[in-house]
Amino acid sequence: MRIQIRAHFALPIALLFMPFLIQAKDSKPSGDLKTEIKEYIFHHLEDAYDFSLFSYTKDNGDHKYIGMPLPVILWDNGLQIFSSSKLQHGEGVAQVGSNFYKLDHGKIFKTNALGVINLDAGKQVTNEAPLDFSVTKGVFSMLLIAFLMFFLFNRLAKSYLKNGGVPTGIGRFFEPIIIYLRDEIAKPNIGERKYRSYMSFLLTVFFFIWFLNMLGLTPLGVNVTGNIAVTFGLAITTFIITNLTGTKDYWLHIFDPLGGSMKWYSKIFLYIILIPIEILGIFIKPFSLLIRLYANMQAGHIVIMSLIGLMFIFKSWIGSSLSFGLTFAIAIIELLVAFLQAYIFTMLSALYFGFAAQEHESH
Amino acid sequence: MEKLISEFSLGLFFWQTLIFVGLIFLLKKYAWKPILSAVNEREASIKDALEAAKEARSEMESLQSDNQRILKEARAQKEALLKEARTIRSEMINTAKVEAQSEANKILSQAQEAIQNEKRTAVNELKDHVSSIALDIATKVLQNELESKDKQMQLVSKLLQNSDMK
Repeated sequence: MRIQIRAHFALPIALLFMPFLIQAKDSKPSGDLKTEIKEYIFHHLEDAYDFSLFSYTKDNGDHKYIGMPLPVILWDNGLQIFSSSKLQHGEGVAQVGSNFYKLDHGKIFKTNALGVINLDAGKQVTNEAPLDFSVTKGVFSMLLIAFLMFFLFNRLAKSYLKNGGVPTGIGRFFEPIIIYLRDEIAKPNIGERKYRSYMSFLLTVFFFIWFLNMLGLTPLGVNVTGNIAVTFGLAITTFIITNLTGTKDYWLHIFDPLGGSMKWYSKIFLYIILIPIEILGIFIKPFSLLIRLYANMQAGHIVIMSLIGLMFIFKSWIGSSLSFGLTFAIAIIELLVAFLQAYIFTMLSALYFGFAAQEHESH
Repeated sequence: MEKLISEFSLGLFFWQTLIFVGLIFLLKKYAWKPILSAVNEREASIKDALEAAKEARSEMESLQSDNQRILKEARAQKEALLKEARTIRSEMINTAKVEAQSEANKILSQAQEAIQNEKRTAVNELKDHVSSIALDIATKVLQNELESKDKQMQLVSKLLQNSDMK
């Protein structure tokens, strides 16, 4: 059993290093290695228009990318859909109909036929940027996880019917987590009476974040939960649910936090300060959710990739193996962080729902 | 902060929200509801089963104690019955003895009385008989004695002799 567990851990971690190793080995030693690594890391942290597994530079200086292209969807006076392979990783101009697009630092801009990117004095691109609804690497990963989740949990749900209320297979692993979320997160924070209506969100958000975090640790090198747009989307869902399900007591607590304990004329001075704070609190709560998840995942990716980069900077037997050991240890910690961040997001969401659903018996 | 805002991709946000909200509703219908209801059902059934087992055990315990009680009662009853039987037996023996004694006494006394009566009649009969024999003998003797005048005279003189005239 123990050996099996070790193998389970070792395999993804070994795979994790593979693309970077190949990348680093095949990259030309041209230029400064440190800045190259830095650029590579920041490139990785950003979303991408194609799903590349790894890339290398040929002897003649050409970049070679291994991966698959994804559809680019732009709104530019009408829907423009084309394959991301046309963008040539920013090295060429994509011609779609009569429009020309060029990828510059991870963003698509409209250009002329030559693909000229105009910069202003502050080095900001002045080209027109069309509305971008592309199925990027992140979107693709989310779709992948969504299908995986649907497949997994739908199968678990069906296995109950077939097997007389007892889960089978992988469901045996997920069922205790579902029950834990219900009994340790939803029930104590929201309350026995109202927790049911929030369960779907809590379960989905937990597994969605957890699976995406885990996917981020695989050699696919996706960084979805470390993207501010994604965490913003998750947090705004929590925000909307919290305020849509808010009870009278919840709003009273915001606009009349002192209640009947004081006369109105003495409250009014306090409320000039208190009410803005309470209103600010409504927004700060989900904002903390989005920043926490984003920062943790982003930081994890930066740390792991920097440590991997160290191996190539040291280029010595001791230093490189030392940073390999360190990377290994951090990767294991990241496994924990992946779970922890999903847990914290779910836990705090449940807590905010609990505030919204309060019925003023306690307090 | 500026970097964060410039990094913000509206497309990704759009897709994320679409996928995530869609996933919530899909999973709600096809996964979470059936899973949670199955889990709840199972928990309820386990609870019920446990309660039923508890009830059965307590019932069994009460039954067992009932049995014990009944057995005890039965034993006591048996004891009492035996005791009663024993006393009845000894009583019966006693009364039988007494009755037999009195009966025997009665029979004995009756027999004695009958014997007395028989004896008396026998004696009386014997007396009668003897007296009649004596009379017969006396008659015969007298006839013999008084056959002749001499003898009659002799007797009278003898009698006279015996009865001294005083």
